[in-house]
Amino acid sequence: GIAGPALASQYSTDEEPNAWDEITQYNNFYEFGTGKSDPAEYASALTTDPWEVEIDGLVDKPGTYSFKDIMAAMTVEERIYRFRCVEAWSMVIPWNGFELADLLNMAGVQSGAKYVAFETLLRPEEMWGQKRRFVPWPYREGLRLDEAMHPLTIMATGIYGKPIPNQNGAPMRLVVPWKYGFKSIKSIVKITLTDTQPETSWNTINAREYGFYSNVNPEVDHPRWSQASERRVGGGLLAKRIPTPMFNGYEEQVAGLYEGMDLAKNF
Amino acid sequence: MSHALTPAERINAVLRPVPTWLVYLVGALPGIYILVGITLALSGIYDVFGNSLGVDPARTIEHWLGELALQFFIATMLISVLRDRFRLKLIKFRRPLGLLTFFYVVLHLGIWLGLDIQFRWAEAWSDVLKRPYITIGMVGFLLLIPVAMTSNNAMIRLMGPVAWQRLHKLCYPAIVLGGVHYVMVQKVWEAEPLIYLAVILSLLALRGKRLLP
Repeated sequence: GIAGPALASQYSTDEEPNAWDEITQYNNFYEFGTGKSDPAEYASALTTDPWEVEIDGLVDKPGTYSFKDIMAAMTVEERIYRFRCVEAWSMVIPWNGFELADLLNMAGVQSGAKYVAFETLLRPEEMWGQKRRFVPWPYREGLRLDEAMHPLTIMATGIYGKPIPNQNGAPMRLVVPWKYGFKSIKSIVKITLTDTQPETSWNTINAREYGFYSNVNPEVDHPRWSQASERRVGGGLLAKRIPTPMFNGYEEQVAGLYEGMDLAKNF
Repeated sequence: MSHALTPAERINAVLRPVPTWLVYLVGALPGIYILVGITLALSGIYDVFGNSLGVDPARTIEHWLGELALQFFIATMLISVLRDRFRLKLIKFRRPLGLLTFFYVVLHLGIWLGLDIQFRWAEAWSDVLKRPYITIGMVGFLLLIPVAMTSNNAMIRLMGPVAWQRLHKLCYPAIVLGGVHYVMVQKVWEAEPLIYLAVILSLLALRGKRLLP
């Protein structure tokens, strides 16, 4: 299959992963509705084959890459990551995927590039949520180039060794485990290397609440949710709240990216 | 001399013999179901809810109770509008519906404190102070405490009907705060909470001058 066989990775956590049903029945993917169970219900309408990704901007080989060609060129690993939503719930997810850096290098990043912009598919006839205008579609996200090139940053194409389900962002979605989940944009069709900080959807909707960086940070409160602790979903009615670690527990690997930055200002 | 009964008179005739305890009982059933379910789950005996509440059952129950509170609140406030506009005599059901509203508000708050924020008092307190939607919900709850405490005949006698009525007009700001709280909980403008708020504001518009203290 497209997702496996996947190699184990030193970057995986040894925490107990959530069950398949939890990971695939509880999603935020507003293209299919705002309820947590909407994506599982409606995402089957999405056609993911054929799938193409346009890579443009400051790259040596701009163009349209088919998902099949990308997969043929990439090495898929298993990455068991903590996943922390800005809504203060979390999961542990055994992703299969490849490092984003490998894909960007395949396109050849030019020296002037400083940021990477991503776009989700825009296809309202299959993604009914896009007929409602509460988000300026298509969904957009972005990373600084060094964040994008970090080995923890992956393009996920599978979960538990199976192809990634539509509701989780098929066929290819970003996973940046030290940032809040909404940064990990789903069903990507466009990647643009640029020298200016790109527009991102939630930041456009509400800049006071959602910053460009959106690093998991228990000390910087979101206006809507205290970020000091989280509920690990899947533990049933009595799932315990646990303290949220800095950078979602990836501080050792990524703190260096933000040296000298005021993280309360650059939230 | 006889005349054909108007629809309002017919409804009044049907509802007249309905005892208020029945309203308390039926209205409380969802809350009792939730409380029993949580108790059984806490004691590890039996999972009543099974998978029916989804992956995040605590959040599901929290939202469910909040919606029940708003639904009972709207029903409560509808009673006098129906009397004034349609001559429906439902006034004896107003107290049960109002107290059921308070019951669901308290349960909603209890689930937030117990199952969601899990008695992390520092975080709960900072939520109340810093998150506008929680602040607003909490103010609505505080306004309802004196109303619920005086929802009995003894307090009407003690306060006198004029002061009692004036106090109970706290329901108007409280229901608006409840509706706004629901709209603000969402990350984006969602249809359902906006419909609730529109219904609430229409109800108040129908009350007209009676809103004034």
